[in-house]
Amino acid sequence: MKLPVYLELLETSETALAASFRVVGRGHADDADIFHTCSTLAQQCDQHAEALAPVVERYGRAEAAEADRRFEAMAQARSGPLGLLRDLHDVFVLASLVEMTWTLVQQAAKALRDEELLSVVSSALAQTEVQLAWLRTRLKVAAPQTLVAAS
Amino acid sequence: MPDRIADIWGGRTPFARGTAWPVRVDQKLAEGVSESEVERWVVSACTLCSNGCALDIAVKDGRMVGVRGRARDAVNHGRLGPKGLFGSWQGMQGGDRLTTPLIRGADGELVETDWDTAMGRIVEKSRALLEEKGPLSHGFYTSGQLFLEEYYALAIIGKAGIGTPHMDGNTRLCTATAAAALKESFGSDGQPGCYEDIDECDAIALYGHNVAETQTVLWARILDRLAGPDRPQLICVDPRETEVARLADVHLAIHPGTNLALMNGLVRELFEHDWIDHAYVDAHTVGVDELRAAVAPWDPESVAQVCGVAADDVRRAAEIIGTSERLLSTVLQGFYQASHATASSCQVNNLHLLRGLLGKPGCGILQMNGQPTAQNARETGADGDLPGFRNWENEQHVAELARLWGVEPAKIPHWAPPTHAMQIFRYAEQGSIGFLWVSATNPAVSMPESPRIRAILGRPELFLVVQDLYLTETAMLADVVLPAAGWGEKQGAFTNADRTVHLSDKAVEPPGQARSDLEIFLDYARRMDFRRDDGAPLLDWSSPEDGFRAWQECSRGKLCDYSGLSYEKLRAGGVRWPCNDEHPDGTARLYTDAVFRTGMDVAETYGHDLLTGASVPPDTYSAMRVDGRAILKPAGYTSPHEVPGEDYPLRFTTGRTAYQFHTRTRTARARQLDRAAPRAWVELAVPDASALGIREGDLVRVTSPRGELVVPARVGEVRPGTVFAPFHYGYWQGGKAGPGEQPTAANELTITEWDPVSKQPIFKVAAVRVEKVAGGSAPAPAPTTTASRPAEPDGVPVTVGGAEAEAEERLQTAGMARS
Repeated sequence: MKLPVYLELLETSETALAASFRVVGRGHADDADIFHTCSTLAQQCDQHAEALAPVVERYGRAEAAEADRRFEAMAQARSGPLGLLRDLHDVFVLASLVEMTWTLVQQAAKALRDEELLSVVSSALAQTEVQLAWLRTRLKVAAPQTLVAAS
Repeated sequence: MPDRIADIWGGRTPFARGTAWPVRVDQKLAEGVSESEVERWVVSACTLCSNGCALDIAVKDGRMVGVRGRARDAVNHGRLGPKGLFGSWQGMQGGDRLTTPLIRGADGELVETDWDTAMGRIVEKSRALLEEKGPLSHGFYTSGQLFLEEYYALAIIGKAGIGTPHMDGNTRLCTATAAAALKESFGSDGQPGCYEDIDECDAIALYGHNVAETQTVLWARILDRLAGPDRPQLICVDPRETEVARLADVHLAIHPGTNLALMNGLVRELFEHDWIDHAYVDAHTVGVDELRAAVAPWDPESVAQVCGVAADDVRRAAEIIGTSERLLSTVLQGFYQASHATASSCQVNNLHLLRGLLGKPGCGILQMNGQPTAQNARETGADGDLPGFRNWENEQHVAELARLWGVEPAKIPHWAPPTHAMQIFRYAEQGSIGFLWVSATNPAVSMPESPRIRAILGRPELFLVVQDLYLTETAMLADVVLPAAGWGEKQGAFTNADRTVHLSDKAVEPPGQARSDLEIFLDYARRMDFRRDDGAPLLDWSSPEDGFRAWQECSRGKLCDYSGLSYEKLRAGGVRWPCNDEHPDGTARLYTDAVFRTGMDVAETYGHDLLTGASVPPDTYSAMRVDGRAILKPAGYTSPHEVPGEDYPLRFTTGRTAYQFHTRTRTARARQLDRAAPRAWVELAVPDASALGIREGDLVRVTSPRGELVVPARVGEVRPGTVFAPFHYGYWQGGKAGPGEQPTAANELTITEWDPVSKQPIFKVAAVRVEKVAGGSAPAPAPTTTASRPAEPDGVPVTVGGAEAEAEERLQTAGMARS
């Protein structure tokens, strides 16, 4: 069974997403909505990773050779309006990966009839979809001013 | 005659449920002017709060010499409050009115000039920036105090003349959440209830609404029901011991910032006790399962712990809400300017939807407004909406506007929502907005985190235009100052918080060269040569009435339908929209048929996630098949972002006093009002004050991470652990845009943060510390007649107005004046 590989992917990617939200939020704290919303969403990601713990316990860890850690947190924020746009865009890509990872784990959970895992997936996936919707909303608002009027 | 400074609400005229509120005509004339000497009475309504009390302006020798309430008007039945009696007309007559345009000279000082030079400077800068950087370089920040026609002209200039999305009003600070909550629940802005619901209800719940001070005449109406034979039950949610709280059956003095926890608890109680109209919920709403799940954790004990109130009080409030046959709910800044603003306000809507109490007499929701004409900014699109409650994501709606204005739809910015005020100021801070035009408002004092706002307004790279009555703190920072004509000096219509439209006729000539805001906007449009695609001028109006007719066409068939109105009709008295062929006398209540504006083709918004503000995409909304049903929207509670800690152990909240309005531009020019509340103060609870060694009248320093206030302390009846400051007190009286040694503006302390959906700033949740600076020689200059009353009244002079504050009250039924 290869599910442990994807459970570990989820843990590392949610942790990376949480860290990235914090980096972007603090890096753009003068944009108050970015600071506060990123902080709230980072907490959601922490909770998603924690909620997986009992499931990981049941299915065990992935073999070291199979573990995949390519989801990496953003190291630092860029600056200025263009920096904000690029940073949110990067987080959007990472959140999209997270969302697809949950979707694939949900498929496996259905095949396994694993109610506990399905319940964890259901709430985390719904919140990840809102995270993506927020990023999309905020990016679309920021793009015209940033790309046309900002210096 | 009664002293209406000492007696804010006037004499009682008790009445029973289902009967008419008795008529009492309140009148104030200038010293030495008798009624027989008044030459003309000119129809108008008061613009010193959102109640919109109808009145006539007394004119003698070309001057306004007083006011008289209009007996037959549905809003006030003749009554006026202290601000209307004293402030409305005297506030226009300060000796320091702006009478000529000013421009910043080579030495950096503002100097007098003529209109041609001032407008020429504006147009030159505007054209240069449009050429260099395009429409996104322009921002407009307007008011909640202009007239409908002026807002609509501005909206057309911004959207079809320049083509910028950067336009908002200070309505963002006072009423954005009312609009947002109505849109999220019912699909569109539009007040469901009306003031007659006070006359008809069995219970009134006031959520963060200190109506006794914000809308004094509305409170007088409630007081008269409370004094009547079948007293309605009263619920008050407020951290201060307000007049409302003192008379409430249940007072929930919750911690600022915890509204949503309380509301989730109240909604949960309705489910627990099955106080639900299942037939209504099934037929007319969506989302009940999600709502039930979201509120499940909020049993009364959990609410009590987070909010700092007794669990039994939560139960008692819920029982009144759950069992009253006719329930009226009102909401204002305690919810709108606090954490989870839209989410908490939507829960009020949810309580009514769950009980099926909507669109029937006595079953109203009043999502209130703060300012007198805020409603019109929302309707006409001068505040971050599209005109006529149109949806920027609906191409048909945008095409309608394009047809009305004779431009291509692409000219009208609709790639994202119109930019909200806090973001406009952020763009100005970053330099991508280089031209900012502020009309009839004073952001240097009224916006959060004043030190930051002053720095933005003072940026040399920002070209700042300010048009106002007086040289406000904001005007002192401007590159061009335009002298505006105001209330009584110009003509126009405006709409109050319960959708009542009034006409305000011109009573007198404006001082000096002052011009109406409409004339100024039309002049700018002419000089900029804004044109329709067929080459005709974009704005060809020559009078306010032209503007009103244009607006009638824009509103035709929309929820806010003005097509059945006219200036002539309005002269006879206020009328509530929608007013059209079908409803020629207007409409008392919306949603009497429980069909809401949530269909894809009519919805003003497709909605948002209440926690983050993420937009619901059109295809997702379409798939929800809401189709005219209301949306029971939930949100989970999260802790406020700034909570008390070691360095800043107290909660800080701001608000109004009954005697002042906004930044006192007009109210401080009326002696009666100014003397009642002349200078700034802060309120501390008794245990907090004694722990800090602070006594009544001591000078204290209040510090937050943003700045400090140094003002006298009133040891009063605010909730322990909380500090309150009125937000009216800036620096114009000292001739300065900002503070010296002793800052007085409450917004020196407030946080730059806003609600994710309504984008309304959070003025009522911050953390501060307080220390004593010096002993006081006199009590704090705070009124004793309001929520600011001292905990220990001995030694504090009672607030009175004396002879100059006497006003006549004529009971129409008795035919006698109160003396």
